[in-house]
Amino acid sequence: MDWVNAVLQGVLLGGQYALLACGLSLMFGVMRIVNLAHGVLAVAAAYLAYWLVSHTALPSFVTLIIVIPVMAGVGWLLQMGLFNRALKHGELSPLLVSFGVAVIGANLLQEGFKADSRSIGIGDLATSSIKISDDLSIGVFSLITLVIAVVVIGGLTTFMNYTRIGRGMRATKDDHEAAKLMGINERTMYALATAIAIATVALAGVFLGMSTQFTPTYGDLVLIFAFEAVIIGGLGNLWATLIGGLVLGVAQTVGAQINPAYGVLAGHLVFLAVLLVRPQGLLVQKTVMA
Amino acid sequence: MNALLELTEVDVHYGDFQAIYGLDLAVAEGETLAVIGANGAGKTTLLKTISGLMKPTRGTVRFAGQDVSRMATHKRVRSGIALTPEGRRIFGSMTVEENLKVGAFGQRPGPWTLSAVYDAFPLLAEKRTRRGGFLSGGEQQATAIGRALMSNPKLLLLDEVSLGLAPVVIADIYAALPAIAAKGTTVLVVEQDLTQALAVADRVQCLLEGRTVLEAAATEVTRAEVADAYFGTTHTPQEV
Repeated sequence: MDWVNAVLQGVLLGGQYALLACGLSLMFGVMRIVNLAHGVLAVAAAYLAYWLVSHTALPSFVTLIIVIPVMAGVGWLLQMGLFNRALKHGELSPLLVSFGVAVIGANLLQEGFKADSRSIGIGDLATSSIKISDDLSIGVFSLITLVIAVVVIGGLTTFMNYTRIGRGMRATKDDHEAAKLMGINERTMYALATAIAIATVALAGVFLGMSTQFTPTYGDLVLIFAFEAVIIGGLGNLWATLIGGLVLGVAQTVGAQINPAYGVLAGHLVFLAVLLVRPQGLLVQKTVMA
Repeated sequence: MNALLELTEVDVHYGDFQAIYGLDLAVAEGETLAVIGANGAGKTTLLKTISGLMKPTRGTVRFAGQDVSRMATHKRVRSGIALTPEGRRIFGSMTVEENLKVGAFGQRPGPWTLSAVYDAFPLLAEKRTRRGGFLSGGEQQATAIGRALMSNPKLLLLDEVSLGLAPVVIADIYAALPAIAAKGTTVLVVEQDLTQALAVADRVQCLLEGRTVLEAAATEVTRAEVADAYFGTTHTPQEV
């Protein structure tokens, strides 16, 4: 039963990873930008929620109403101000720029909030669980996170497939010059994609801050887990990212079941194995058309 | 003449290489103009300059009475210039119908809707759920033209429609052009295929090495005259 429990808890943990990873997946899918500031932005969102909770009387979940739009705005400005300019100089430039943003961001957080670890209080919800059998129970908050991850990814996929703007983004991804010939402003499309991506990161970051302690440099770990989830599932496909997150979560909890020290290592090993055996990811066909 | 599109003394460069020299060109509203010429004559460059993918280094491009020389491509599309680019440039991961819907991104009102495009190109209606990457050349070309029409352009630019297609397929696609012109769309076709160009156009303008060498009504010009201009066998490159 311990093993069943490990897998179950892994799936729940994977929901969190998937939620953290979908913004990274979206940005790569639309713009081929690997955003190394992804983790820092998640942590910044958690700090913003933490600040709102401690300086206003807002309940923890209500802070999302402010944090998500603010972070979406940050995403828009990042794309318009930095990434769009960097893209003119080739594919490597945005990567380097995002690395700079990550370093600066982590240090700004350090300046503003000190290095002490924080968390966002959610009261009883943090410890309440649903009992399935004598040996099995699932945390309510983890379950909510998983459900939200599925809803967010489903929503993003629907948006990309069935809306005018979503089609515009996919067209830009396929051939950005031909997209211009359709009346699509590439720069606006990219800014919108990043705004949406960072909005999901904000949601994920606040949920992260509710489930665990975080520090200004916690973003490094977030970035690695999100990146691993995206690669394991397969690039450029949001449902694949969900699966990637779940596989990573299960790998970590099953690894920890073998030996508590091996959890994170097991996740990294699965990631490496996927890169070696199936570098296009578990769910993506190798022959996908460009 | 009521010119919808008017280029005046346009020079276009690729870096140090000059592709177009002091070109004048005008297309009247409702007219079909064929621009013909051999490889490297500057035909594709001309269309890129009209659509905004390239900017002229000298001269002006006026469209519907407005100077658009510096206007961004996506804005030109929204003001009514649509280009079916060389190589078709279909969005490979999207279905035929999605490609057509992307064509309507600018939401310009007009006669062209999904059903109007399917009427003009019946083969697209059958293939509407097929992804762009899995289409034959002819299907891709029809999708590319349909996609351009979905923007309800005043001016439709067609680049090398016949390139790489079987004659029967070319005939199919050209058969749709009169219906397009009948809806009031002005058409500028660029072609290497003289027969097709002369058959659909009201007027032809022949380019050689970036300059106009012949300009005439399609009915008043002989194949031999065009062929001479095309290969530069009797004319020396000069502005007409």
